[in-house]
Amino acid sequence: MQSDSILRLVWIYPDLLSTYGDQGNVLILEQRAQRRGIPVQTIHVRSADPVPESGDIYLIGGGEDRPQILAAERLRRDGGLNRAVARGATLLAVCAGYQIMGSTFGGEEGQPVQGIGLLDIASGRGAGRAVGELAGEADPALGIPMLTGFENHMGVTRLGPGVRPLARTAVGTGNGDGTEGCYAGKTVGTYLHGPALARNPGLADLLLTWAVGAQLPPIDDSWYDRLRQERLTAVLPQQA
Amino acid sequence: MTQLPLRAQLASALGRTAATLSRATGRGDGSVIGGRIGLALEPDLLSQLARDRRLALVSATNGKTTTTRLITSALQELGDVATNAFGANMPAGHVSALASAKDAPYGVLEVDEKYLPAVIDATGAGVIALMNLSRDQMDRAGEIWLLAQKWRRALAGKNTHVIANADDPLVAWGASTAARVTWVAAGQPWKEDSWCCPECGGPLDRKGVDYTPPGGHVAGAAPLAMVPRPVEDDWACRECSFRRPQPSWFLDDDAVIDPRGQRWVLDLQLPGRANRANAAIALATAEAFGLPVQAALPRLREVRSVAGRYTTVERDGRRARLLLAKNPAGWLEAFDVLDRSLPVILSVNAQGPDGRDTSWLWDVDYRVLRGRPVFVTGERMLDLALRLDVANVPFQLVASFEQALAAQPPGKVDVIANYTAFQQIRAEFDRAV
Repeated sequence: MQSDSILRLVWIYPDLLSTYGDQGNVLILEQRAQRRGIPVQTIHVRSADPVPESGDIYLIGGGEDRPQILAAERLRRDGGLNRAVARGATLLAVCAGYQIMGSTFGGEEGQPVQGIGLLDIASGRGAGRAVGELAGEADPALGIPMLTGFENHMGVTRLGPGVRPLARTAVGTGNGDGTEGCYAGKTVGTYLHGPALARNPGLADLLLTWAVGAQLPPIDDSWYDRLRQERLTAVLPQQA
Repeated sequence: MTQLPLRAQLASALGRTAATLSRATGRGDGSVIGGRIGLALEPDLLSQLARDRRLALVSATNGKTTTTRLITSALQELGDVATNAFGANMPAGHVSALASAKDAPYGVLEVDEKYLPAVIDATGAGVIALMNLSRDQMDRAGEIWLLAQKWRRALAGKNTHVIANADDPLVAWGASTAARVTWVAAGQPWKEDSWCCPECGGPLDRKGVDYTPPGGHVAGAAPLAMVPRPVEDDWACRECSFRRPQPSWFLDDDAVIDPRGQRWVLDLQLPGRANRANAAIALATAEAFGLPVQAALPRLREVRSVAGRYTTVERDGRRARLLLAKNPAGWLEAFDVLDRSLPVILSVNAQGPDGRDTSWLWDVDYRVLRGRPVFVTGERMLDLALRLDVANVPFQLVASFEQALAAQPPGKVDVIANYTAFQQIRAEFDRAV
């Protein structure tokens, strides 16, 4: 953490990109930090305001085509998020927010729109909409259990050499090539939309660990575990 | 009264037969199957059934069924009214509603938001009431800004009188291409889908100032001379000229102020702010049909429950009031209705009609439930359990609605359920209405 007393969460543009319960990721990080005795300060940055550079974890969510384009334009003009990541801040980018982190993404009519270049990815529009449950084995280097969530997007994302896939899909579409999401440094992008961390407390703790710079003590995860188990059992092919 | 061509008469008659069979065999309430058959035989049937009637269409994300019922109730003062009272709100349901009341000179049709442009085209309805637009079942319903844009295109160039909520920026934008709009300040508690200008994407500035009327409220329909208009929930774009249109009707706490400045205490049987807003829209719509508030309001007061919504069911001394909430804006309005002193049972499913995605739970602020007993059930109870845990709302998980009810002391309890969870509870109680 920048300051050694408070963890600063920065939620970027909830007025544009907060369509699918994206607030959940903010609430879950707050809860998981506070239950370990780490005080948290959360800053909501509306799209008319500058993105502060002093945050520890930045979050950006999903939304419709037009707000996505507006958000990309404003982030590019503002530059605050790029400076924060260059400084070493942690970032979780979800769905539309994930696509914005790349070089380009598909606009309302499929036209290429410029992203902000924080991840070595390029996205376009796929033939159909990917809607449904998504599950996949996380990159072993991350040391977190299988990812589970819901996706709802038309994006197809090509990963460049500068990133690693976040997971290999077992169920669902993800990036469209058998992989789901990606990460580089302390930046994670994912098509697990909305409250992705609700079913992936391991990923939440990974982000917290990066930001705090230390291992975290375990907490009671029983509600998370029961929900994960129910969803994974519902969507994964039954094993004998 | 409607003179249908022979083919349309046949299509309409066969449809009615199918509807009767559907009811008789217990397979459904007949409001969709009959219309489907009629439309398959005569694609133009909806237009033909709509001809020679005075129609109102009602659309929104929330409150469609209730507002349709309120307007229907009011217009019955004028004559027979054809209506799709059970929420079958796509063209098959409209055909069925109109065919089963062939001689009704009036019609009030609840219309699914996505189907509104097609139904405007097919029916040429003279009056359209539009209340609110917010995020809802995004895995299948799609994007609401696009929806509002389709409304704009459908209304442009039509000779239609729109009654619309001026306090919802997306509705105001969607309605503003109509030739004639009566704006109603019906309020908008849920603002999370309208922080940005629908016209240009710039930030919307909002100011809401609480209004306290001078003196007390006058009971009943007695008009007050020159009641000052409430200082309303104003909004305007910071970057372009789009701003809240000037309303002529106002919802003012428990009353409606009409365009002449007369204040009418609503005194509805239906509970909650959302229903007072629905009533404000209904009164303005009734006036568009020439029915004055004085005649319409007593009719609105007669409505006690709507297709099971707000009804109370009883078992073993437990009296459960049923509230339907399908999306974050709906939950916010349902919380407003809750009795603070009572326990509450929450039931959430994620079947097709609910949306299979439960992400929306994270857009609902459940913290208002702290301090009362909360029981959680439904097919997706674990999603809700984690949500409440993160919100620090203590709760008990219960395997079924019956068990949740049995766990209560005798007396009253409130229930909030989303769509299929609500229908399951209604089915338990013989489709309570």
